[in-house]
Parts: sequence; structure tokens; C-alpha cells
Amino acid sequence: MHRSFFAQNPSVLWVIATLAVFTVAVTLLSEVTGVDVISTSFVKTLGKTLCLCLIAIAMDVVWGYCGILSLGHFAFFGIGGYAIGMWLMYARTEVIVIESLAKQPIPATPSEISDAIGNQIFGVVGSSNFPWIWAFADSLILQLLMVILVPSLLALVFGWLAFRSRVTGVYLSILTQAMTLALALYLFQNDSGLRGNNGLSGLQNVPGYGNVSQATISILFFVASAIALGAGYLLFAWIVSGKMGSVVKGIRDNEARVRFLGYHVESYKLFIFTVTAIVAGIAGALYYPQAGIINPGEVAPIASIYLAVWVAIGGRGRLYGAVIGAAFVSLLSSWFTGGGAPNINLGFYVIQWTDWWLVLLGLSFVAITLFFPKGIGGLFDLLVRKQS
Amino acid sequence: MSMLLEVSGVSVTFDGFRAINNLSINFAKTELRAIIGPNGAGKTTFMDIVTGKTKPDEGRVIWGDRNISLLGMSESQIAREGIGRKFQQPTVFEAQTVRQNLAIALKTPRGPFAVLWHKKTKSNGALIEAVAEQIGLSDSLTRVAGELSHGQKQWLEIGMLLAQKPRLMLVDEPAAGMTAEEREKTTDILKEAAKTRAVVVVEHDMEFVRRLNCKVTVLHEGSVLAEGSLDHVTSNQTVIDVYLGRANA
Repeated sequence: MHRSFFAQNPSVLWVIATLAVFTVAVTLLSEVTGVDVISTSFVKTLGKTLCLCLIAIAMDVVWGYCGILSLGHFAFFGIGGYAIGMWLMYARTEVIVIESLAKQPIPATPSEISDAIGNQIFGVVGSSNFPWIWAFADSLILQLLMVILVPSLLALVFGWLAFRSRVTGVYLSILTQAMTLALALYLFQNDSGLRGNNGLSGLQNVPGYGNVSQATISILFFVASAIALGAGYLLFAWIVSGKMGSVVKGIRDNEARVRFLGYHVESYKLFIFTVTAIVAGIAGALYYPQAGIINPGEVAPIASIYLAVWVAIGGRGRLYGAVIGAAFVSLLSSWFTGGGAPNINLGFYVIQWTDWWLVLLGLSFVAITLFFPKGIGGLFDLLVRKQS
Repeated sequence: MSMLLEVSGVSVTFDGFRAINNLSINFAKTELRAIIGPNGAGKTTFMDIVTGKTKPDEGRVIWGDRNISLLGMSESQIAREGIGRKFQQPTVFEAQTVRQNLAIALKTPRGPFAVLWHKKTKSNGALIEAVAEQIGLSDSLTRVAGELSHGQKQWLEIGMLLAQKPRLMLVDEPAAGMTAEEREKTTDILKEAAKTRAVVVVEHDMEFVRRLNCKVTVLHEGSVLAEGSLDHVTSNQTVIDVYLGRANA
């Protein structure tokens, strides 16, 4: 009866071992070691994919385990990206400005430096003043804190209002879509203080490490993403196993029963919603330095819908399913839309995958929902059953 | 003897329909009670009010030794006060094992963080096994609840209520869809449970009520029509008219 955590959750060790092997292999084959089989840009793609896997397991916990179909978790991902992006952009611009002003015969005053930084960052939206939300942008520690604080606060307030009013099912999904849409619309405004539709750019450069090659930086972020995914997997596996998992799955399957057993269902939903929002924020903070740019389009409602599609295809209600779904679909997506897949010439019509990929994705989503509700992860059940 | 639960002068209206009309009903600390009545008599609404699912328009619902009002408390608070409820349809967590179903119901701290750090203990394990014994599912602890038969699911849900250690159990049609043999066992479980707490059974099946051999309350149009032994209430002319007579009509 008292089996250890790992005996109850064999997938945890499998996933962590696979991640470790994968990380070492990619590092050895990258430009850093001189082998250069895996290009720096592909290392970044793989690192970004790991971040998507991380938000996918968060999505699986909130949807697959707790039954809350949130179609707004990319809002938290984007907020994490913006929070770290503000520091990256500020600190790097500061370095550049100080360097260029140092060439002047008269040393620049702090206010001149500040104005010059403001000009560099906000010139594009016709301003040079720092909006209040940039108050902590010069501090890495505080912006890292924002990566966690802002998503958790938004999730707490939104979740408290929604769950307290017992909004469930499709109505809740629509509300979460509205939340991420509202965030995108806010960010699109030039006077939001986050450079409107230009977003934040140049995030691939780490301030103070200007002479470190992108090859090295890409590997560092890749390894950090792998560690974050491993830690996130461990955290969520712990949350969804044991009694917490029992209650959370109970809420998914029969909310009223859980309530009449004396559990305050709303607190549990709020807990799961907030924890997954924080992890989504961390995933975003690791993703965007690898992507190099973040703009409001990233938190458009469609992004969160894709997230649900990945988890559904991978198989919800099992964490490794979410990892498989996110990795498989997002890599396939960049292969198809990046021109990797050969076009199919039907004679009378040429199927160009850049256009038709979405159709293929949509059809596979429908097919999986109808015929393999357990998703790709469900294949592992067949394996296990054959062994036993 | 002071009462465990006192419902007095309670009324509730849904869209102009008076589901409960000036209802007053009391339960002692240890008793077995059957509530019968035709469809629409307000049996389920009565349970909804006591368990906090429905807020009455007027009246009082007073609970326990401290005479606290249950009105204004949430469902989960009322459940923690010691009122357990079994639904008409068996509602168990079908994706989880019988043991997990019982473990979830055990009377342990209910907050998210307490649950997150919850450790299995020997005494809790023993409690689960004792309840499983009581409901005849000792051999099925590791089975997934979804695989159980209809009757076993009903027992499991009753078991979950017992694990919760409530002082009042509200049981909605426990014998529905059961075989004669299963009914007999259900009767035994409920009678045993009523030795240490109040058990209120809502039932349509007269034969089952007769076997419970307890005080009966007849509800009609949202208020109490008659109360007493089954023989007493079934010989009551109004009861015959509204309830039994209707079947003959």
C-alpha cells in the first residue's frame, strides 16, 4: 500500500531519463562542441519545443486532470515572456547607450542616459518616456519575480471571480478566451507601454554577455528549458498523484459529489488554475529569449486553442501524453509550415503545405477526438497491456 | 431530547411553483427515518435545502448541539458539519479504485494544502478496510469503481458517506435498481448505520420502507401530511387519498 512515489508514477523516471539523454545528445552534437550536426537555430527550435511541452503539461493538469478547459493559458505564457523581455531589452539597450555615449567628450548624466534608453526603446511608438510598468525593468531579480507574480495574480483574480460564480464548461472556456483576447488587445495598443504591435525584440541577446556566441547561449537556454520541463513534470506528477490527484480527478468527473463530501471545490480549482498559470509563465520566460521576439500576436486566442489541440492529440489525463503531443505537433507544424515538407502536385492542383497544414492538423484533431480519444499517449496502454 | 436537525416553517418557490410549503420536520440524534411521498412532493428539494444546494425563501434550519443555522452555509461547509448525502443515481468516482473512493471521503482535513501534503496512515487504511467490510466490498478495494455493478456502486456511495462519519445521512432512493437480495443487504447497512447516527431515507418502494421498520414521514405538496409507523400512515385516509389512492385511480 505504501508504494514509493516513483513506483506509482513510472513515467516520471522515464521522462526525466529521456530528457537527460536528449539534452546531452543535443549538446554534444551542437556547434558548441564543434561537431555542428545540429545547427544553432535548430537547437533553439528544440529548446522552444521543450518550453511548449512545459506549458502543455500545465494545460494537461488544468484540463485533463481537473476538467477545466482553459483556452487562455497562453496569456500567462506571454506575460512570462514580456516580463523577462522587458529586462532583456532594457539592460541590453542600456549597455549600447552607455557605450555610444562614452565616446562623447563630456560624460553623460544619468537622466541623459535614461532619456537615450527611452528613445531607443519607445521611439518606435513615438515616445521616449518610460511607462510605469517598466519601473523594475532594470532589475533582473524583480523581473524574474514578475514572471511568477503577474501570472499568479491574474490567475487568482480571474479564477476567483469565475469559479466563485460557478462558471463551468464551455462558458468558462469562452471566458478564458476573452481573457487572453483582452490581454492581446491591450498589448496591441501603442500606449500600453509595451511597444504595441512591435512587441519586444532582440531578446536572444543576453545583456552583459555580448561576446558570448549565440551557439553557447542557445545551448544554455536549451539546457535550462530541459531542466524546467523535468522539474515541472516532477511537480505536476506529485500534484496529480496521491490524495490531491484523487480530489482533482473527482472534481473533473463529478464536481457535486466532491462538494457534498465537504471539499471546497472552488479552492481546488483556483489552486490548480494558479499553479498551472505560474508554470506557463515560467515556460514563456524561457521560450521568448530563444525566439528572440515577442509581440501581442503571441497571446492571440488561437494560441491557447492550439495548446488544447496538442494536449488532445497527445492524450489528456496523462502528463507524458501532453509532452508527446506538444513536441510532435509543434515540430511537425514547423516542418510543414517552414517549407520542409515537399508540395504534392496533383496535376490540376498543387497542395502547398504552408496553406494545407492547418487543414491536416484540423482533420487529425477531429479524427483523434472521434477514434482515439486517448490520443498518442494511449498507445502506451497497449504496450503495457501486452507485457502483463 | 434535543434534536439533531430542526427544520421549521421552510418554504421555497421555483418559478411560481411552491416546491416546499411551510415544512417543519425534526430528526433525533440516532434514528432511522423514511420519507415517502408521491412525485413532486418535495422530497429531493427538502434534501437540497438541508445540504445547502437550494436556499429557501423563508424558514429556519437549525443544526446540532450548538443550534447553528445551516442557511447561508455552503454545501461543503454543511458537509463538514456532518451531513452526508447520497444521490439518487449512484455517484462514485468511476475512474478511481474503490479504495481511492473511500479514501477521498475519509474524515480528514479538507483544505487544498492539507490534502497536497496528505500522507497515508495505517489508521486511515484500517478505517477504509472497516468501511469496505461493512458495505461488502472488501474484495473489491483495488477494483476501478466504474467496473462495479449498479448495486455495488450504491453501496460504495453509502460507504463513502460512512467514511465521512456524518451525524446525519440523507439517502436518496438507495434501493433503486437493486435485486431483492441486494435490497436486504442495503437494509442491513442502513439499520446498522442508524444505531450511532440519524439516517434519513427517501424511498418510493413501500416494500423496502416496510423492511426498514422505522418511523415514516409522508410528504405531500411540500409539507408533512402524516408521520408515524408505516401501518399508521398507510391507514390514514388523507394519505390513502393523495398517495395510495392515486395509484388505484
